[in-house]
Amino acid sequence: MAYSDKVIDHYSNPRNVGTLDKSKKTVGTGLVGAPECGDVMRLQIEVDETTNTITDAKFKTFGCGSAIASSSLATEWLKGKTVDEALAIDNMEIVEELALPPVKIHCSVLAEDAIKMAINDYRVKNGLPALELEKSHH
Amino acid sequence: MLKLPIYLDNNATTPLDPRVLEAMMPYLTDVFGNAASRNHPFGWAAEEGVDYAREQISQLINCDPKEIIFTSGATESDNLGIKGVFEMYSQRGNHVITTTTEHKAVLDTCKHIEKLGGKVTYLPVNEQGLISLEELEAAMTPQTILVTIMYGNNETGTIQPIREIAAIAHKHGALFMTDGTQAVGKIPVDVLADGIDLMAFTAHKMYGPKGVGALYVRRKNPRVKVTAQMDGGGHERGMRSGTLNVPGIVGFGKACELARLEMAADAERLSKLRDQLEKELLTLEESYVNGSVEHRLPHVANISFKYVEGEGLMMGVKDLAVSSGSACTSASLEPSYVLKALGLSDDLAHSSLRFGLSRFTTDEQIDYAINHVKEAVTKLREMSPLWEMHKEGIDLNTIEWAEH
Repeated sequence: MAYSDKVIDHYSNPRNVGTLDKSKKTVGTGLVGAPECGDVMRLQIEVDETTNTITDAKFKTFGCGSAIASSSLATEWLKGKTVDEALAIDNMEIVEELALPPVKIHCSVLAEDAIKMAINDYRVKNGLPALELEKSHH
Repeated sequence: MLKLPIYLDNNATTPLDPRVLEAMMPYLTDVFGNAASRNHPFGWAAEEGVDYAREQISQLINCDPKEIIFTSGATESDNLGIKGVFEMYSQRGNHVITTTTEHKAVLDTCKHIEKLGGKVTYLPVNEQGLISLEELEAAMTPQTILVTIMYGNNETGTIQPIREIAAIAHKHGALFMTDGTQAVGKIPVDVLADGIDLMAFTAHKMYGPKGVGALYVRRKNPRVKVTAQMDGGGHERGMRSGTLNVPGIVGFGKACELARLEMAADAERLSKLRDQLEKELLTLEESYVNGSVEHRLPHVANISFKYVEGEGLMMGVKDLAVSSGSACTSASLEPSYVLKALGLSDDLAHSSLRFGLSRFTTDEQIDYAINHVKEAVTKLREMSPLWEMHKEGIDLNTIEWAEH
């Protein structure tokens, strides 16, 4: 299969690979996917409580090039966004940016799910109710 | 300078040996006759080329030249052997025994004869990919007409106990056929000593051209016959009609002659290179050899790397032409049924790489491959949440995955 240049770039030079301290109150963690499905994505955000802004984002992904690229791109986009702005990220924006083919759309969906899960984790840790998220389309 | 990518997918096909091409050239140009034309020198010259190739091929597998039936390749030979025996011996029985790790050319042909009312037993294999001789013996019935079990496996290189299998088949009055596609030309295959009654094999896995193969059909003790699957001019003693692919056959013959002369030296060199590749890659934690290490073709290694994903791994080893344990069928990734039959989980089957070395593989290429794979696996693991969990001592089976 031919990968787009952007997927190859993110795969070869992934941004923000790493781990944030998940025990910290300011850190939200989202872990989505399953090993037997061939993709597991872990996305973490660190939020500045006073400004509600995401100051850092890290990922680790087990998956194909498109899954790695989707999560790498997501961390780039998350940094500097407010939590509300981050919630608005739609998987189709990732599809467009990375020129993902139809068979790889699920990678972008996983990334969106991971963002939302990380935000909810942060909210719950800080005494806020978890947001009702529409069940993703698989 | 090393030319990239490096071809290490020689179980899929091998490059043509230049000496084979040289032998073929006249038959692609001046000697263009139809080997079945008996009335003029053009036909005679073509037939002479074919006869000589038949000699070269029969010397490699120790049979009579008349026992070689030319086909378009191993898939056709598997079809002709299995369907041909099933039809020819239908009065004697309708039961065929094979294994779950055969090539699709055998498995799908067996499925076909099941539709025609045949009974097929698919023997399981152990974690090394070997069948149990006791299970084979137990599966034999008075209706068993054919046992067809591959010589060496295309994915793992595992070699079955062919002589023992043949003895059991014969003890119960059945014929023994083997798919020798990966083995012939790589290890000594002697149809007489091994007790093989029918054998499918092909030129392009042993540095010959594509589009030409053979079915060995024993003529004595017992005399075996197969019903033709193609109607026409009655070529190949009536078992396979169709104008002979003369240049292909000549190339096949030359490839067999070279294999006979060079196989021992090639095997010795390649098994050393393969062992070195394997030893180095096994220094990576959580990497495993698939198939039998003891009973294996000399040029094959199949290794799984836990906690990296197969497609990502293939992308990471872009400088190598290798196969993975994922048969990528359009949208979905299907893990290899051969590796699954060995008891591998889906994730380990997905994250496997198959290395197939050839006569043309160099030390330098293997050194490069070792470093390239190590770097890719290490990099992907640093990116893998599963690897991190493993390192923290978390049992992945205890995690509730958000399945999607």
